[in-house]
Parts: sequence; structure tokens; C-alpha cells
Amino acid sequence: MDNESQYSGYSYKSSHSRGSRKHRDRRDRHRSKSRDGSSRGDKSVTIQAPGESLLDAESTRGDDRDDNWGETTTVVTGTSEHSVSNEDLTRVSKELEETSPLECKRFLGPVLGGCLGLFALFTPLAFLVLPQLLWREALEPCGTPCEGLYVSLAFKLLVLLISSWALFLRPPRATLPRFFIFRCLLMVLVFLFVASYWLFYGVRVLEPRERDYRGIVEYAASLVDALLFIQYLALVLLEVRHLQPAFCLKVVRATDGASRFYNVGHLSIQRAAVWVLDQYYRDFPVYNPALLNLPKSILSKKMSGFKVYSLDENSTNNSTSQSRAMIAAAARRRDNSHNEYYYEEAEMDRRCRKRKARLVVAVEEAFTHIKRLQDDDPAASSHKHPRAVMDPREAAQAIFAPMARAMQKYLRTTRQQPYHSMESILTHLQFCITHNMTPKAFLERYVSPGPTMQYQRENGRGRQWTLVSEEPVTSALRQGLVFSLRRLDFSLVVTVQPLPFLRIGEEFIDPKSHKFVMRLQSETSV
Amino acid sequence: MKGPLSYLQPGRNTKVSDQSETMSFIPGQPVTAVVQRIEIRKLRQGEHLILGFSIGGGIDQDPGQNPFSEDKSDKGIYVTRVTPEGPAEVAGLMMGDKVMQVNGWDMTMVTHDQARKRLTKKNEDVVRLLVTRKSLEQAVKHSMM
Repeated sequence: MDNESQYSGYSYKSSHSRGSRKHRDRRDRHRSKSRDGSSRGDKSVTIQAPGESLLDAESTRGDDRDDNWGETTTVVTGTSEHSVSNEDLTRVSKELEETSPLECKRFLGPVLGGCLGLFALFTPLAFLVLPQLLWREALEPCGTPCEGLYVSLAFKLLVLLISSWALFLRPPRATLPRFFIFRCLLMVLVFLFVASYWLFYGVRVLEPRERDYRGIVEYAASLVDALLFIQYLALVLLEVRHLQPAFCLKVVRATDGASRFYNVGHLSIQRAAVWVLDQYYRDFPVYNPALLNLPKSILSKKMSGFKVYSLDENSTNNSTSQSRAMIAAAARRRDNSHNEYYYEEAEMDRRCRKRKARLVVAVEEAFTHIKRLQDDDPAASSHKHPRAVMDPREAAQAIFAPMARAMQKYLRTTRQQPYHSMESILTHLQFCITHNMTPKAFLERYVSPGPTMQYQRENGRGRQWTLVSEEPVTSALRQGLVFSLRRLDFSLVVTVQPLPFLRIGEEFIDPKSHKFVMRLQSETSV
Repeated sequence: MKGPLSYLQPGRNTKVSDQSETMSFIPGQPVTAVVQRIEIRKLRQGEHLILGFSIGGGIDQDPGQNPFSEDKSDKGIYVTRVTPEGPAEVAGLMMGDKVMQVNGWDMTMVTHDQARKRLTKKNEDVVRLLVTRKSLEQAVKHSMM
């Protein structure tokens, strides 16, 4: 029931893999799953050496970056853009050493697939050409019907080529932990098919030097037909079967409860996991660990508790009963922590809104300082004092200073400051100025937490997720299945429910039947 | 039982007026009419207490179909039928009467169902209605002239 290609996480490298999707060598992946100790960036559990940081680019870093740029920034000149920090260097070197051992292994699958595909495509041509080469004189001449067959053969091969290119030659986007059954099946089918055709050809045509050339051409044409049908089968199995929705997946993020519902078709667990992750990067607001917990001041009050002494002589240490007694006592106590929580939330809200108001005003005012230079006022610029003409980057730097402080304060209040560095804000500002955006459009990015996709930095390492499931991951989705996708600091829990069967009935309403009357006087006897 | 004729104050305003006006209703103005007090004793029939007449009308009904009202926008409660030899007929209720009050409760601005409920309270044995009809007004007019 399993379909799908494996998607490898190294998207930039695999963009030039030409393999058809029929071929990924699963056995490699399967074997390597049991290997630990290598940090590889695909979907297996990785155990990293201690001392190495376990946080990768997606999880949040601590507050060790410079947050005070709001107070100290002035107009920044261009020198800082080209410097590479030490941090970047170590990151780049780590990337290099992680990706290089993988290259040849990753290409093994696509290359095999490509080879098989080309082999299958060239086989009919070989069938046609070999008799001509080997025993041309002995062949019976075959006129018009053969030429007709040549034409049809050529076009069918062209169609095969184009559709193979369209369907199968795509860069894979994810690496799955297990074999991809349908694809393996199709590969094996194609191989067996072509091999059996060759066998027959070798035994019946090459050996006895068959002279009926028209028969040979028809044989080649039948091979091409069969290949077209296999491709149709591949299309249906790999692409079409999962399009009709059959299940509803509920995806809940374990740390803060953000949830979504998605409709999917018949997929295997691993393929559904990939699909869910695609949607996750687009739909879920970015995970911000700073927004999670109740402040300690509220929670700590509960713990000032009772000490429980047991006066029994033969008290086996019932810790559970002790803790239960403590919890019961704490619950009975009247505590006002909900009150504090409520007021704290209200205060936080108010503060947020105030900072936001200041930010909006600052940004609006900053945007009024620049305007686009039109081509048709040279007169103005030549008469008055010549205004400096700036490119977008310089314009952004020029107007950034007045709004920097308000921006920084706002980001700090909404705990978003890890996601937006000064550089990124400048880049975004430059982008908005170039595209004539209003201040509100500029602020859209900071006012609400966007999807995780917005904060992705392109690096070839890919995102590492672990699929945790009680069932084997190549089994198909069914009702009541639960699996989870784990990252280092949060996880997504996915629950599967089938879509309800709909019984839709029909009721015909005659358009002439819409008639109305005044209400009658009703009469009641008392 | 026929009670004495009396001037009425239906609705909310109590305003006695010498001049009897039509039974039509002008919004915002107090309604005045000549009424008759009728006291009907309920008759037990099986497990029901019946009064012996039928009502029609109400603010949720269509006033244009009321055959007894003078003003076809009058949404008051009218007596549409009186059972012969029933308690209502004995008490002097006549078909076409407009019921203004029942036991002190106003009947000029009620829905049909509310009117039915006021008349069929199980714990009341007797209902005292204030009803009005055209002939009453004319009688008063003649007597004053």
C-alpha cells in the first residue's frame, strides 16, 4: 500500500538527479537506519557526539545574540555585509562534512532508475536495428506497412520520453525511512518485462535469424505499447490514487496546542507524514518557546505545600498516597493564582498593544521621509539643492534608524526577537521599498507570527524529523491510527479519522410550487 | 350575569372620557370604549373547564380577516362563536364582542395563544370579562342625546 518516492532533504543537490522516480535503492536506506552515530540529516534518529550543539538552524537559540541593536544603531555603511562571522564559518564547515559522504550514495538510486529507464526506451530501437545490422541481406523487404509502424513507433517513443520526463524526473524532497513499495514494484515490473522481451527476442529472433522483418517491427511496437501501459499504471499508483480524500488528519503541536485538520487520500504512514510536514511549514505559526509557560511567579505558589507525615508503624512508604494527599490538600486550598494569571495576561496585552501603536506610528513616519524618484522631474532636482539619489539598500538604511528602537521594543515584548535580526529587518525594509509597499505591508511580517516557512533559512542540510509510530511506517492509514513527528524540541501528534460516508438524497422542488398565503385567523374555543 | 354598563379603561392608560370613540386603536393614544362586565362561571366537562365560546384575533394574527371588527387593523381578541346554552351565553356574551380585559389582564395587545391561556387557567373557576360591542356605544350615545 505504500507509494512514493523518497524525498531527500538535500534539495539543492538532488536538483540534478535525473533518475526516474521508480528507482530509489531502498536497501541502502534500510540498512543505514540501523546504524547510529552518524548525523546525516535524513529521517532517522541521530545520535550526536556530546559537546556538539544539538540545536540546529530551526530551533531557537538563547539570548546570546546582540539584542541591543535598537538603541545603538545608526546608519550602517556597507562594510558589514561581506564579513563572515565565526559562527557562520563553523556552521558551513559542519554542513560540508555532513553532506559530503552522502553524495554518491544518494545518487545511486536515481542513476539506477535512469539506467533502467533508458534501457527500456532503447530496447525497441535495438530490436529494430539489430536485424538490419546483422543479417540485412536475408531480411524480407517490408514496404509501406513497416513504414507506418515506424512512424507510430517514433511517436509513441516520443510520448514515453516526454511523460517520463514530466512524471518521474523531479528532485525528491524528502528521505523516507523505509522502502517505497509501489515504486519498487514498478521497477521490478519494468525490469522483468524488458528482460522477458529480450529473452524472447534472443531465442526466437537472433538465434534463428528470423527473416520476417515486419513481425519484428510489430514485436517492437508491442513492447512500446506495453511500456506505455506500465507508465499508465505507474501514473495511477503513484500519482492519482491518493488524490481522492479518504481520511481526515488532525495535527496538533504538542507544545502549544496549535492544531489543524487536513484531508488526505489513501497513503502510507510515511508518505502521509511527508504531506503533513509540507502543510505544517505553510499553515502553522512558528513555534516560539518563549510564549509557552505560565510565569514562575504564578506557578510557584502552589508548591508551598504541606508536609505529610505518616503516623503508621508499618507504613510501607506509600509515596503515591502521600502525593495524592498533598494534591488534594492543595486543591482544596483557595488559591488565587488564576486571578494573577488573568491580570498578568491583561497587562501583557495592553503592553503589547501600546508598543505596537508606537511601532506603527514610527514606521509610518519613517516611510514619509523617502519617495520614489520619478524620471520626469529633472528640473526640480537640478534647480534645488541636489538630493542624493539612493538605491533601495541605502534608502532602507536611511529610514531604519528612527524606527529601530520602537521595532526592537515591540519584538521584545512579543518575544519574537530571536527570529528577526537587524539584518533581516533591513533586508525586508529594502524589499518593501523596492516594491512600493505601504508601512502596513511592511509591518505585516512582524505583527503576526507567520508560518514556519517564512523563517526558513536556506541551507542544504534539510529539516530533520523523526517519525514515531507503533505500526510499521509502510502500512496504510486507517481509522484510529496515531503517529507523531518529532523534532528536537517539539512534536506533532497526528490522529487519523476516516471521512464520513455521505448519503446524499434528492428532493425535487417544482419552481411553480413556491406559493404564499396570508395567515388565517385562527379560532380557539375556550 | 349581566353587569352594569361602565366606562372602560383598557390598555394601560386610565382615562375616562365622556365621548365614546370608535374602537379603533391609534398608537400612542389611550383607547376608550364602553364596556360591559360579564362574569362567566366555568363549566366542568370531563376533565376540562370550559367557557363555551371561541375567540379569534391577536397581535400575531391577520386582522384583515376578522369579520367582526370595524377597523380592519384591529388586532384585538374577538368572540367568534358562542356555544348555545353554554356558560358564556348564559352570562350574556354575544358573538362579535371584543374582549378588553380578562380578570384584570389586558386583552387588547396579546397574542392569540396568550389570550387562550388567560382564559383557560385551571385554578380559576370564574372569569370576569370586560367586553365591548358596537351596540353598547350606540346605546350610550342614544341615552346621552
